[in-house]
Amino acid sequence: MIQLRPIYVICMREFIKFFREKSRLLGTLARPVLWLFVVGNGMGSLIRPRAGFSYIQFIFPGMIGMTILFSSIFSSISIVWDREFGFMKEMLVAPISRLSIVIGKTLSGTLISVAQAVIILVFIPFLGIHLTIRQFFEVVAVSMLVSFCITSLGILIAARLTSFDGFNIIMNFLVMPMLFLSGAMYPVTSMPPALRHLTLINPLTYGIDALKHILLRNGTPPLGPEFPLLLDLFIVAVISVVMLTFAALSFRRKE
Amino acid sequence: MSIITVNNLTKKFKSLTAVDGISFAVNEGEVFGFLGPNGAGKTTTINILCTLLSPSSGRAEIAGFDCAKDPDQVRTSIGLIFQDTTLDVGLTAYENLKFHAYLYNLDRRLAEKRIDEMLAVVELQTRKHDLVKNFSGGMKRRLEIARGLLHYPRVLFLDEPTIGLDPQTRNTIWDFINTLRSKEKITVFMTTHYMEEAENCGRIAIIDHGRIIALDTPAKLKQMVHGDVIHVITTDNQRALAEIQKTFSLAAREENGGLVLETEKGDEFIPKLLHSLTMQTLSVSLKKPTLNDVFLKLTGRTIRDDVVADSKEVTREFVRSHRRAQR
Repeated sequence: MIQLRPIYVICMREFIKFFREKSRLLGTLARPVLWLFVVGNGMGSLIRPRAGFSYIQFIFPGMIGMTILFSSIFSSISIVWDREFGFMKEMLVAPISRLSIVIGKTLSGTLISVAQAVIILVFIPFLGIHLTIRQFFEVVAVSMLVSFCITSLGILIAARLTSFDGFNIIMNFLVMPMLFLSGAMYPVTSMPPALRHLTLINPLTYGIDALKHILLRNGTPPLGPEFPLLLDLFIVAVISVVMLTFAALSFRRKE
Repeated sequence: MSIITVNNLTKKFKSLTAVDGISFAVNEGEVFGFLGPNGAGKTTTINILCTLLSPSSGRAEIAGFDCAKDPDQVRTSIGLIFQDTTLDVGLTAYENLKFHAYLYNLDRRLAEKRIDEMLAVVELQTRKHDLVKNFSGGMKRRLEIARGLLHYPRVLFLDEPTIGLDPQTRNTIWDFINTLRSKEKITVFMTTHYMEEAENCGRIAIIDHGRIIALDTPAKLKQMVHGDVIHVITTDNQRALAEIQKTFSLAAREENGGLVLETEKGDEFIPKLLHSLTMQTLSVSLKKPTLNDVFLKLTGRTIRDDVVADSKEVTREFVRSHRRAQR
């Protein structure tokens, strides 16, 4: 069922294209710069630092989460592009299983997101956050889990999206709400109850909280982690498995 | 020996029957064509044969493998060139071919060897490391053919292989396919709605509304239309009609402000005709029968939509390039 060479070459294709498209790399860097230094500094003047962390430091884990969110969704939506421009047929008529295609797409989407998350870490020196080697690897590990989860979600959506016209709907009604209701920019506990409930069903919330555990180590709520780390990791892992299962199933049916 | 066997194949989409109980067999090494207007069921049949669709009923076999039950065996035995390009334009020619080689599980050294071999066949060796987005339509098609042959399939499927290409490129592609056939032992199954293209086939199945209405060699099919078609315009068509009926006992019919008559050896008939007519002749033209006439004879219609289909293709191309630019 699972064929390694096709999975390898599906991943290679995504990597080649990612590094070839300079605008995508540039976008990876530009968006967090805007949020961190423009919004972060603007909002930061309203919010005084607590427990040794400033607002701009508080939103940094959220920016890693945001980068992963956009990158993972973009990677998996490439399935819709492939379908629209015919390349999907090349894969579908090849003697490989649908599962191999799903795994190849998930793996490449995950790894590209992690790469982008790591690129964001170059801003660390400007934020006054201290990062040890150990913390670095912890960030990479958590990013990988979160990327995997969001990519699986994206593939589930892509399998059901018949044309590219649905992309804007996904952006406005899923991706942006996921970003704003994730604790990336404001603490979950201080939200009004209705919004808080929505935030609690968002996997990104727990992913970002896990990153806060690593990057804002001694922080306390509101400008710090709000849930236990193990709970964060557990929830993200469970949601990932559920998403990927559904993604694989609906892909098989759809195609 | 037949390499493709299709038996009473039917495909229904809700209320529409796209393919309606067709049966045929294709011999190994043959160039077999499906000719018919758009929407006749050509692409649906190809999609069933290449395992993208499952039939509603009936059976299709390629190289002895059932298309519905043994898709992976069938897929390894076939190469496909689709109507719309399925290349990744963001990759180079080499990368597209390598992708294909790995999907078909060719090992690395063999893949490199075949890639060079196939690029030479389609005369794209010098463009090996160029991005496909910089290729012309004809080059893209050639690259797709190279890709379709990379895993040495036994049957090559060409779905409207030259649609949207200019006539010159169309000819080049055909020269190329014919050369290829003389070198490799390969069966070609193609669909087209271009008459001239269908002439390249050894045998043609004419398909309309999901049914095969005729199946034979192009020459035999053309014999179904009795002889050549002569179009003549005179100063008095009505009287000419009567005279032709009387002298040659031929039933002419009025069309386009002139008379149309079918006869054998039209080139020898024209002098006799001109000699016998008592009124002045304004113009005479002779047309050898084409497959279009065969289609007209069988269905009472010409293969329609030619112009519409081409303009649709242009629109589609425009939308694609436009979207790509936005990306």
